[in-house]
Amino acid sequence: MSFPWAKEYTPANGFTKFLDEKLPLPRLVYNAVGAGYPVPRNLSYFWNFGVLAGFFLVLQIVTGIILAMHYAANAQVAFATTEHIMRNVNWGWLMRYAHANGASFFFIVVYLHIFRGFYYSSYKAPREMIWLLGVTIFLLMMATAFMGYVLPWGQMSFWGAKVITGLFGAIPLVGEPIQIWLLGGYAPDNAALNRFFSLHFLLPFVIAGCVILHIWALHIPGSSNPTGVEIKSESDTLPFHPYYTVKDGFGLGVALILFMTMVFFLPNALGHPDNYIEANPLSTPAHIVPEWYFWPFYAILRAFTVDFLFIPAKLLGVIAMFGSILLWFILPWLDRSPVRSGHYRPLFRKFFWFGLIPAMIVLFICGGAPAEEPYVMLSQLATAYYFLHFLVILPIVGQIEKPEPLPYSITEAVLGSDKKAVLGENASPAV
Amino acid sequence: MADTAATATPETADETGDGIRRRDFIDIAAVSAAGVGGLAVLYPLISQMAPSKDVLAASTTEVDVSAIQPGQAIKAVFRKQPLFVRRLTPAEVQEANATPVGALRDPQTLAERTQEGHQDMLVTMGVCTHLGCVPLGAAEGEVKGEFGGYFCPCHGSHYDTAGRIRKGPAPTNLEVPEYTFTSDTTIQVG
Repeated sequence: MSFPWAKEYTPANGFTKFLDEKLPLPRLVYNAVGAGYPVPRNLSYFWNFGVLAGFFLVLQIVTGIILAMHYAANAQVAFATTEHIMRNVNWGWLMRYAHANGASFFFIVVYLHIFRGFYYSSYKAPREMIWLLGVTIFLLMMATAFMGYVLPWGQMSFWGAKVITGLFGAIPLVGEPIQIWLLGGYAPDNAALNRFFSLHFLLPFVIAGCVILHIWALHIPGSSNPTGVEIKSESDTLPFHPYYTVKDGFGLGVALILFMTMVFFLPNALGHPDNYIEANPLSTPAHIVPEWYFWPFYAILRAFTVDFLFIPAKLLGVIAMFGSILLWFILPWLDRSPVRSGHYRPLFRKFFWFGLIPAMIVLFICGGAPAEEPYVMLSQLATAYYFLHFLVILPIVGQIEKPEPLPYSITEAVLGSDKKAVLGENASPAV
Repeated sequence: MADTAATATPETADETGDGIRRRDFIDIAAVSAAGVGGLAVLYPLISQMAPSKDVLAASTTEVDVSAIQPGQAIKAVFRKQPLFVRRLTPAEVQEANATPVGALRDPQTLAERTQEGHQDMLVTMGVCTHLGCVPLGAAEGEVKGEFGGYFCPCHGSHYDTAGRIRKGPAPTNLEVPEYTFTSDTTIQVG
């Protein structure tokens, strides 16, 4: 929404006037991330992660295009060209480590971004479309990251490709033909490696397209904020530039310090040593795990160990794993509480901090652990809670909870006021 | 929000009255640091396209020249490009030395283009200095051009017996790479 008090872009000289008539790019930037975009004045650092995710997407595309200049997607030489990048190419080690750790940091910031969305219910009206696009981006990221991990053609690459395409083999009747079709063979080989490379190159640009839609959809209602109360007047807002360019810039600086610390001092800490062994179709590594950012979902996959009725356990695990993310698509319609911010929802907060977050942590740990007790049982409990939380607890809490009084406005929340807000007036989302 | 006297903080107040605020310093310092950092990032991004270590490692070539008879030439490979090694006949040497240097497009004597004591051993790149084609004249039966040296069929450059440009569009003589005789019969190029 362009708020009526948003500052108007005025071209300063002849050239920008010319540009403004023919192709108003400066106006677009001014209204998107400039002084022409009013933003709630109370955004916390949790609102940094969208910009950070955008930064890491760009970083991945830049380093990825460079790696593609030196890499060859051929099963004969893929592993060797990866080592060629590490040893021969000028700064190749930096490009590869930045790309590998960049993927991890992309997921870190996106998980924090999603966490922010969960806690502050950023998915609620009028921002459902932003959320749907965000979940789509997340799914695309997972596909891209998975295919990228196959490219070095190490042991984990190979067996990751085999296991993940094996998921599709769980589909009744058509599963096995689909798996063979996906791989272009009976096991991952040149055909699979080539198509994974092609798609790994393509998908980031699809993600970039979805990001543009995500931001476009965001700019219609504007950002949510920690109170969840909609903007009422100019005093609730600040212009994006300089206030949030500076705040995001600071956050970016902190993120880059952490990122470069990993790249320079712990470049392989998030990787797996088995991937420095060339792919061997005849020998599976003893302990095969996906990259850390897939662990919670991998734990859900492995939590299903017995057949249920006529459904085999293998299929149940696959359905649950995909379902655990796909159900985010209906989240805006599961959580019917009129109050957005978890800050004013005492019951929701209890389930969030003592239910969902511990369950996610347990799933994370179990996903990285071997498939043995007690991890299997813990995964099962956590998986059960995970689905219970979204499908049962959230809808019920939204009905029975008595929210705490909301501030009348963002300004009041920030500056304080004697006017006590009446719940009935502000509990419903501003339309 | 304009900084009025009432809202000015130490960062935004113009304490000394010279129009400079503490925040100006922070602004300039932060933007400068980001700018310098951004430029520093460009260096590896550009440098990665330069020849990699394995390419540089393959940049010397040893050639055995013992079997080349006068009037013959062999083609070797140096940095993935053809290298011509030619043993000139006494007549060819004489012809090259008889050419008035001042009239050449790229004035060089045969002595300048060969090594002392090996004036009959002409080592040049087999790369036309016009646009990079491989000139003819090294292999038996190939056209040697109007000056008896090399002839580039792409755009008609004629080189003489010292590999000097005599006619056609090429701007300079065939390049003589850096090389040394490691023995009487072996040269190391690069």
